[in-house]
Amino acid sequence: MSNYTALPDANGHFGPYGGRFVAETLMQPLEELRLAYERYKNDAGFIAEFDHDLKHYVGRPSPLYLAERWTRQLGGAQIYLKREDLNHTGAHKVNNTVGQALLAKRMGKTRIIAETGAGQHGVATATVAARLGLECVVYMGSEDIKRQALNVFRMKLLGATVVPVESGSRTLKDALNEAMRDWVTNVDNTFYIIGTVAGPHPYPMMVRDFQSIIGREARAQILEQAGRLPDALIACVGGGSNAIGLFYPFLEDEGVAIYGVEAAGEGLDTVHHAATLCNGRPGVLHGNRTYLIEDDDGQIIETHSISAGLDYPGVGPEHAWLKDSGRANYVAITDNEAVQAFHDLTRIEGIMPALESSHALAYATKLAPTMEKDAIIIVNLSGRGDKDMHTVAAREGVRV
Amino acid sequence: MSRAQSGQEAHLQEAAVNRITQCFAALRTQKRKALIPFITAGDPNPDLTVPLMHAMVSAGANIIELGVPFSDPMADGPVIQRASERALKHHMSLRHVLDTVREFRTRDNATPVVLMGYLNPVEMMGYEAFARAAAASGVDGVLTVDMPPEEAADLVAALQAHAIAPIFLLAPTSTPKRISMVNALAQGYLYYVSIKGVTGAATLDVEAVGRKLDEIRALTKLPLGVGFGIKDAATAARVAQLADAVIVGSALVQKIEQLEHEPDKIMPEIAALLAGMRRAMDEPSGTPK
Repeated sequence: MSNYTALPDANGHFGPYGGRFVAETLMQPLEELRLAYERYKNDAGFIAEFDHDLKHYVGRPSPLYLAERWTRQLGGAQIYLKREDLNHTGAHKVNNTVGQALLAKRMGKTRIIAETGAGQHGVATATVAARLGLECVVYMGSEDIKRQALNVFRMKLLGATVVPVESGSRTLKDALNEAMRDWVTNVDNTFYIIGTVAGPHPYPMMVRDFQSIIGREARAQILEQAGRLPDALIACVGGGSNAIGLFYPFLEDEGVAIYGVEAAGEGLDTVHHAATLCNGRPGVLHGNRTYLIEDDDGQIIETHSISAGLDYPGVGPEHAWLKDSGRANYVAITDNEAVQAFHDLTRIEGIMPALESSHALAYATKLAPTMEKDAIIIVNLSGRGDKDMHTVAAREGVRV
Repeated sequence: MSRAQSGQEAHLQEAAVNRITQCFAALRTQKRKALIPFITAGDPNPDLTVPLMHAMVSAGANIIELGVPFSDPMADGPVIQRASERALKHHMSLRHVLDTVREFRTRDNATPVVLMGYLNPVEMMGYEAFARAAAASGVDGVLTVDMPPEEAADLVAALQAHAIAPIFLLAPTSTPKRISMVNALAQGYLYYVSIKGVTGAATLDVEAVGRKLDEIRALTKLPLGVGFGIKDAATAARVAQLADAVIVGSALVQKIEQLEHEPDKIMPEIAALLAGMRRAMDEPSGTPK
């Protein structure tokens, strides 16, 4: 019996990864957050409210759908899609924001802040803040604001203040720096909802726990529909929250192969990618030790991916641990391959996936044909593609 | 986190803090307080850093905190972040910062130099290699702002083995338990962050700082420096009455930024700013006229 689910330790370490690498001012607030989370995660009232909101507000459980036509075309393993795209706000992100917002309310915080890249986490945060009547400020790189104007408008409609971040590369990593600066300044009344399984302890653990609803449902659903566990799981990995959400409840099922799919951008042999685990090195950024895309001097390098949600130079520390331990495999898919998968699923199954999720789908098109026809793959369809219409259209020279 | 120490190691540790402890001891007998300016190495260009360090010493600086540029300075405000960006345009890596200190030491073997930065460049170089190179360059202390005591054991051991003082932050949110944990690892001095926030953000509340310093003093024998929010001579003088050291960063870096395109003016203006603080701190009444 392995012990993959026993981590992190008391200080938030997954082997050599994770931990708390922040300035002293934030250490006591992080400790208070950890204590509050430890208390409420086993509190019957908290669990009941979280489950209620997931069911009636988010729309869970999300379906596990056998993509029969696509499976036939690929000619190998049966492909099931975990339909996180059908959640309220259109992606898995809301599972986590619902959980953290409930915690914020119980801790008496009146103000919510968040960072966002593509805007999905920002929208999911603004959504729960609106519902709970909390002030909400979202930090977003000015480059991403240009790329994701629709989500910026959504957040504003929901009552959030969107603050453009002009420093550094003006993308997700800089938004995270800026949100951390806000938190350190307004820590008394403010709860920082981090959108992925990165950041200082307890965030990687807490976000994983909230997102694990994905894997728990998928495990029960496949047992019900197919009568057995799957042979492989596939999910895209930027920070890695949808992936860990699917993987975690299967970690002790050693017969289930696990594949995390990173963004190879224009190719792993170029500098334009975001494949942190495939091509990076361990270091310390944004409060945790993990794999990073950095230069020989330890400076963080700008990443590239067609999908803003994967365009991040770090990765959740638990993924770094799962890679080193060999329990999970990490692979990479290029922009071109992801866009092809986007079109395939749209035309063959009538489901328009997010470009992030398209990376996972693209890997399924490689893996499935190598497997027997009675084998089973579950792909996490982490979000819907509506937000990506402009990106896909622009790539094909279409004005919308 | 305590570790057994041989006599040899204890001797090295003593040497570790020699320049820094000598500095504070000398000031104590003169009944003066330390003035510690912070600049980012390589800002606005690498050629200016060593001359600027000497000019600051001439203007009354007792210890120099030299910022190591980092691409993602999460604990700093926009002023110091832009300083990092200017320095990184000149590829001011950690290795170059160590070269800068070595060059400074050819003319000044007395003024302590403390490197202040983020952990990742040090991780990339490796703790042991970094500590050895830093000691060989004449570095006296190292403050990694994103490394709290919980994560510090390995780096502290490497620094102490090479006679370098590990310097730590304390904050308004530090509990007595945390203050004691930091005190157990720290050498040289403790850096009290006077406000909840990032560098350069607000003006500090001198009374609140005084209350917290009393709490900290009950738990440590190390000298206490206060930084974040000290923008002028008057504030420097008031903080000097409470603390052992006054740390000035963003006010200097802002001046450097304003003069980025008139670099000839940087040295005299920074020297004038520091000299004004020095005078105010040294007034017998402790208040500037």
